[in-house]
Amino acid sequence: MQILFRFIIGGLVVSLFAAFADALKPKSFAGLFAAAPSVAIGTLGLTILSEGKLFAATEARSMIFGALALFFYAMAAMRLMTRYKLNAAPAAFSALVVWIICAMGIWYVWLR
Amino acid sequence: MRVEFDISALKDTKWYELAVRFLFGGAITAITGMLANRYGPVFGGLFLAFPALFPASATLLEKHEQEKKRRAGIANTARGREAAALDARGAAIGSIGLVGFALIAWKLVPMSSGVIALSAALVVWAAISILIWRLRRHRLFLRKGHSGAASHAPVSPKGG
Repeated sequence: MQILFRFIIGGLVVSLFAAFADALKPKSFAGLFAAAPSVAIGTLGLTILSEGKLFAATEARSMIFGALALFFYAMAAMRLMTRYKLNAAPAAFSALVVWIICAMGIWYVWLR
Repeated sequence: MRVEFDISALKDTKWYELAVRFLFGGAITAITGMLANRYGPVFGGLFLAFPALFPASATLLEKHEQEKKRRAGIANTARGREAAALDARGAAIGSIGLVGFALIAWKLVPMSSGVIALSAALVVWAAISILIWRLRRHRLFLRKGHSGAASHAPVSPKGG
């Protein structure tokens, strides 16, 4: 039941941010919202209610490193589209490898 | 470069595109919760910055741009890709703001109400992201010609 609740809240918050980004111009500014803390707001809000503030704060601390991984992910996706002329879908999905390597690498070296 | 908010642009979004975003967002939020419960908040927290929305939004943006050009009788498929690349550049800037969001949330959540802590973190995310975006526009932040997508033709006459 809690998972379903998370799914609905997360979906709503993400959709709201995405709709806001759709209405913005120019595209590079709207792109800021591709890294909006939509999942984080939904998740941290629910975590504070269900698990407490310290649990949520620990998640937020790890998120710092997840955000760094997201930076490298976005740069890689951009590079794949501009230099290697990949279309958006293959570039965005293949760059996920960069996020996974960065995030898991940081977790393994520093956070584990 | 002025930032514009055009609510009429929302009518271009189809119902299944909204559904895809809802599903992606809902799924990653649910998965993050499950990972945090199973492996602890240190591991689960990493996924708060998982690029859940970007693949869907970039793909839809590319499709919209291609359709727009096709309707205008322009057979240039590179336009869609360039728009998606600009979206990625924006995401890279937004991710720096996301570091600020996480820092503020980490420090404020234990000592204040959740609403205040997350609202403050959201303001910091917006402030950092917009500041870097503006500095980038004025070429103060990154070296000239080192911007990847910026070296390509702009998506619109206004640039991107």
